[in-house]
Amino acid sequence: MHADAFDRYHEKESLIHYLDPRVKTMVTVGFIVSNALLPDGAWLAFALAWLFLLAVNLLSNFGAGYTFKRSFVALPFALAAITVLFSMPGNPLASFRFLMWDFTITDMGLLRFVSILVRSWLSVQMAILLVAVTRFPDLIHALEHLRVPAILTTIIAFLYRYLFVLADEVFRLLRARESRSAAVAGQWSGGSVLWRAKVAGNMAGQLFLRSYERSDRIYNAMLSRGYSGRLYTLNPHEMKSSDYLAAAFAVALIFVMQIIGRF
Amino acid sequence: MNFSPVPMHIPDGFLSLMVSIICWIITVSVLGVAISKTNKSLGERQVPLMGVMAAFIFAAQMINFPVTGGTSGHLLGGALAAITLGPWAGMLVMTAVIAVQGLLFQDGGLLAMGANILNMGLLTAAVGYGLYRGASGKNRAAQLAMAGVAAWFSVMTGALATSLQLWLSSTSDLRLVIPAMLGVHALIGLFEAAITVAALAFIFRTRPDLLDEKSASAQAGRGWVFVGGLIALAVVLLSPLASADPDGLNRVAMDLGFITNAQSVTGPLAGYTVPFLASAFIGKIAAGAIGVIVVGAIIVLIGRSMQVSKSSR
Repeated sequence: MHADAFDRYHEKESLIHYLDPRVKTMVTVGFIVSNALLPDGAWLAFALAWLFLLAVNLLSNFGAGYTFKRSFVALPFALAAITVLFSMPGNPLASFRFLMWDFTITDMGLLRFVSILVRSWLSVQMAILLVAVTRFPDLIHALEHLRVPAILTTIIAFLYRYLFVLADEVFRLLRARESRSAAVAGQWSGGSVLWRAKVAGNMAGQLFLRSYERSDRIYNAMLSRGYSGRLYTLNPHEMKSSDYLAAAFAVALIFVMQIIGRF
Repeated sequence: MNFSPVPMHIPDGFLSLMVSIICWIITVSVLGVAISKTNKSLGERQVPLMGVMAAFIFAAQMINFPVTGGTSGHLLGGALAAITLGPWAGMLVMTAVIAVQGLLFQDGGLLAMGANILNMGLLTAAVGYGLYRGASGKNRAAQLAMAGVAAWFSVMTGALATSLQLWLSSTSDLRLVIPAMLGVHALIGLFEAAITVAALAFIFRTRPDLLDEKSASAQAGRGWVFVGGLIALAVVLLSPLASADPDGLNRVAMDLGFITNAQSVTGPLAGYTVPFLASAFIGKIAAGAIGVIVVGAIIVLIGRSMQVSKSSR
């Protein structure tokens, strides 16, 4: 597996890519907070937020549909919100029987359900955009500038750096299990569920030991290269006038969205 | 990259701003304590170790095993991280895992990350380590059995906290979300318990020095037993209470200003009762406690059978 196997960075030349990662991170968070603040049914403001997303997509040279195509990851969670369809007081729209219960969908419930989905859909696209236009090490560096404690950012940096190594380790373990688990198609084989869980547990234990011992080797290798407890980056982060301009524009836009959303 | 998302990573949009911010405040304060404790007790050597261990938890979640009909179980890892690395380090490791899942894979939102870290990182580590620590000094079989109970409780705690946050955000109806979430996770928790016990048994067998009295994991204070026990007790008492008497909880939430309209009081669902949840809530608590004892007994038996099959080889 290659070192960038887990990378979500999408290499392009664009204004957005060159923005300071701090600005991109804060604008993303601000946009998501703004979505959370908008009241249910603020369709005009939601539409404006979506236009903003679309514009950033285009400005990043991704094409308009880039984040849309990847935006369905949060969809399974919609199941958790489905109860508001029935539990909000309001005018009944439709009702049906399921097993022994009567369910009635209300207009208020529908409004709230759709609003939750739209908020979530907009927010997840913005988060997708953030990692597509920012290299992950730059993102970690931005978090450091934004006062996230060094121990956490260092752990995150290590996690990101060694994830593909350990994923390789996992695939070797999985392949080993696979090659020892002959089965006739369509037939149950290989012991009880408990036994399978135990095999998976042994694999996890094996992975733990390999990771533990690897971390020792990594530490020694880093010491020999002059590691002093801090990670450095070669990308100097300095705010340029274009960064301030972009930040001011985004703040103004979020402000406008909030005002429109309250009419 | 394929890893099945667990229905516990809350995306953005599902929590209200107030609930998100309160969760962030709790998470940041606990992490502040965790960071100062780890900085004090660990050398710089431990930071790369924690980083690689975070990658380990992430990678270990990819190890799945077929259960039946296309579904598969896999590890969440909160209890395992806390048991092997100690509670504070376990919390930091889980925080890094959840942060990367949210930032890089959009598995869980950014504004909702405070809640996600609280549910899957801090609570799981606290209850997982606390219960496990309660068995320290006992024989290995008892320790493993306790680790299984701890792993099961860690999953249930996370699920309960998630349900409560969704309810406080007026996203889910309490009397539907609690039975649904806890029902699914009671099963997921069994897999978690089985994998955690098997992984620990493997480590006991091959590198017992990593888990003995001198290890980082055994150095944390006994106060964790109290914390873990308290959280587990809260889960046992609160989950039956929440499904038996949601109106009471709605009342509390209204008084605290979380919910403006207690939905299920006036809603079209007001009159309905789930037949087997209909009796008085003292009975519910008893039923919940019995359920927990039964699950605990199953896990102890699983732990024993794994122990026996090992020594017989």
